Amino acid sequence: MSQSLAPALAIRETRSESRFVTAARRLLHHRAGMCGLTVILVIVICAAFAPWLAPYDPAEIDYDAMIAPPSWLHPLGTDEIGRDILSRVIFGARVSLQIVFVAIVLSLLVGGAIGLASGYVGGRTDNVLMRLMDGLLAFPLLVLALGVIAVLGPDLINAIIALAVVNVPGFARLVRGQVLSVRERDFVQAARATGAGHLRIMVVHVWPSVAGNVIVYASLRASAVLITESSLAFLGLGATPPTPTWGQMLATAMEYWSAWWMSIFPGLAIFFAALAFNFFGDGLRDALDVRIGE
Amino acid sequence: MPDSSGTAFLAVDALRKSFGPVRAVENVAFTLRRGEVMGLVGESGSGKTTVGRLVLRLVEPTSGRVVFDGTDLGALSGRQMRRVRKRMQIVFQDPFSSLNPYQRVGEAIEEPLIVHGLRGERAQRQERVRELLSLVGLRPAHAGRYPHEFSGGQRQRIAIARALASEPDFIVADEAVSALDVSIQAQIINLLRELQQSFQLTMLFISHDLGVVRYLADRTMVLYLGRIVEMGPTEELFAAPRHPYTRALLSAIPDPDPDRRRERIILKGDVPSPIDPPSGCAFRERCPFALAACAVEVPALRAVTPTHSKACIRDDLH
Amino acid sequence: MIRHVARRVVYLLPIAVMTSFLVFSMLLLLPGDPTFALLGETATLQERAALRTKLGFDQAIPVQYARWVGHMATGDFGRSLRTQEPVADMLAARVPVTLELTVLAVLLAVVIGVPGGIIASLKRNGWADLFVSFFAMGGMALPYFWAGILLIRLFALKLDWLPPSGFVPLAQDPVANLKLMILPSVTVGISLVALVMRQTRTSMLEVLSQDYIRTARAKGVSRTRLLVRHALQNALIPVVTVIGLQMGTLVSGAVVTETIFSLPGLGRMVVEGIFTRDLAPVQAAILVIVIGVILVNLLTDLSYAALDRRIKL
Repeated sequence: MSQSLAPALAIRETRSESRFVTAARRLLHHRAGMCGLTVILVIVICAAFAPWLAPYDPAEIDYDAMIAPPSWLHPLGTDEIGRDILSRVIFGARVSLQIVFVAIVLSLLVGGAIGLASGYVGGRTDNVLMRLMDGLLAFPLLVLALGVIAVLGPDLINAIIALAVVNVPGFARLVRGQVLSVRERDFVQAARATGAGHLRIMVVHVWPSVAGNVIVYASLRASAVLITESSLAFLGLGATPPTPTWGQMLATAMEYWSAWWMSIFPGLAIFFAALAFNFFGDGLRDALDVRIGE
Repeated sequence: MPDSSGTAFLAVDALRKSFGPVRAVENVAFTLRRGEVMGLVGESGSGKTTVGRLVLRLVEPTSGRVVFDGTDLGALSGRQMRRVRKRMQIVFQDPFSSLNPYQRVGEAIEEPLIVHGLRGERAQRQERVRELLSLVGLRPAHAGRYPHEFSGGQRQRIAIARALASEPDFIVADEAVSALDVSIQAQIINLLRELQQSFQLTMLFISHDLGVVRYLADRTMVLYLGRIVEMGPTEELFAAPRHPYTRALLSAIPDPDPDRRRERIILKGDVPSPIDPPSGCAFRERCPFALAACAVEVPALRAVTPTHSKACIRDDLH
Repeated sequence: MIRHVARRVVYLLPIAVMTSFLVFSMLLLLPGDPTFALLGETATLQERAALRTKLGFDQAIPVQYARWVGHMATGDFGRSLRTQEPVADMLAARVPVTLELTVLAVLLAVVIGVPGGIIASLKRNGWADLFVSFFAMGGMALPYFWAGILLIRLFALKLDWLPPSGFVPLAQDPVANLKLMILPSVTVGISLVALVMRQTRTSMLEVLSQDYIRTARAKGVSRTRLLVRHALQNALIPVVTVIGLQMGTLVSGAVVTETIFSLPGLGRMVVEGIFTRDLAPVQAAILVIVIGVILVNLLTDLSYAALDRRIKL
């Protein structure tokens, strides 16, 4: 017995796993989180391999099947000019995911930089930046996005910029608050006492305490960004027509009420994607043991 | 044994720090010889932590100078100051918050080596980390673990190992044992004493616990509302305190020997607000021996014997 | 109470200034000559010069902003580039539509969400509770426009109970107006209903588990009386907060919903303005929306305080 225990004890004395490994393991046991992750992975695979997975080219017109209901040939039916809806939904995943991803990364970078500057520098810089962020936060998400588009003009790039802008204040506030609370902690003072420079303190000591929250917040924002993105596309302010997007497919469906498949499937895609992001965000929050959102 | 050549290794002169209207530290001056341990005692809010941080320039002084081994720290640029930090370190009170929770213990101890470019090779640095871990009584195999896997006493050992990594000559121990269980306190104090002796460390030992200070310090100074009220060789100060405040503090320690039991001096009232201290001697409102003259001016710290000084105008008290 | 109101106003004032400045700055951020955006390509040089002087484009930005606020405050919002209609008249026609839509949505959330949440909390893990949990989860991921489309499909096209779209002013024909507004307000309100239900459920569960409720029950206070007098009153506070916090989302929903049901509201005004590059109505509508949201936040804050006070008595 004691002999068989000895190697186990020896192993325990090596490196402890990092919290990301622990979090990943906890996430694996989080049922809702894993459901979300699975759906997200399916969507990511659809987006990545769209040309191989989609039965048709999303722009290909089937003159024999316009506004055709679901069939073996077109499992989700066709739209008003005979394009395959399944293929368009699959390619739509590509557009939506890219937009959501780019917008969130942009707002994380800009908002994170603003939050870091605000929290670390403090004083007047902090004051001015945070008043600006409060102002932006007072706008309803979609209305602010519309305002940005009104200034820049309606096209895909501007829609992405608008989606990024509306999410900047959230990230900035979050990061600033975190930096403020971490900055005064003893271990940051200890790092200063050791002789570490500002960059090292920010990267090695402040950032790891902030990172968990930022990652969770980003994942929790994803579903709101996706819904705002499809809202813009629905209003005709996203990607321009030949590119298939879920929102714009729904807008078209409103002109062909008899074709239920035109409005059901793209809507389901948005619904499940948004739900998946929500579940995954919740799972990540529990796994990383972070208290934000709610 | 402290170096007795008499030259100051650390000289602090007229140090002041205000946080807005709060005068945290007022006119603090003292010197330390190489290898000497100075105890700094005072109640919470007396400014002792601020003194420790001012000495290390973790907090910028409002005025005054800190000269470390001939270098005026106030005159250094940020970069130069960072280089000097190799030689001066701090051990904080709370080992639960002074270690980065997301840094492995080995990485934390290694950090000073990286920051100061000591022991260039990674393998050499890790060898040094293992050496330091065994030095403070931990197993070298623990380097890969995170702070939360250790007890309070073990964490304080880690913090000490980290402080020693760059082979400093001067260490500030800021209430380094007061957050620990009493049984653990003794272990850590003994560790600090051993390390101090074997590396000839100069140390500023900050504590509200007089017993601990008596055990460790060569000399002791007593802080009240940001001012030094008494300073002298530890044994002398404990045996024959000259300032009424020191006497009050000492009388509060239970003495195991009933024959030597001193008369207990109970202080009146609370520590006054540092925003609006009383005129003259800040202690006078609580002092059982205060005279009208005490309200006139702030008593200067003056020598009673060549090594012992106090800030009290009443010389008639023994 | 007056002090509390004053404090909230003082707190919200800088935010109101900042948001109105941001709306104003749309003119500054616009590439090119802003008079083109406001007067179009065909205006004469004199007209442009007159507008420049009126808006003070030759002066420092704070002065421009102050003038702009002055114009807005006196109801001078400029003219629509496309229709030449005064923007103030457009607002007068459109504000009631959006207002009615959001008020109905909030009403729905209270009328359905609160009782739903209470029922769920009374039989924990029963079927009603499960339904509320699922509904709350789905309601948050449901895009407004899809909800609207599904509602039209079901209630207007399939069952033919309600008209699919169109608008009649409330003052002209209240019955027709309400019939037309039912589907849009359900569309806007559905996710708020879900949130309010969930919030009511959690806060009811929390309150019901507290000692004073148990004591009251032990003392023989009847269940209904207990629910109404004690539990509900306490549970309502977080619900009010949720409604206040969700105002922005609700308005975003209204913008999309107005497009689905062809309602001439503020959201439609913004979207149409963007397509026709007609900046003045866009700016005015956004300004009204933001100030409205800020005012609602103030109101919820105050009603929260009022609820809280009554309970403390």
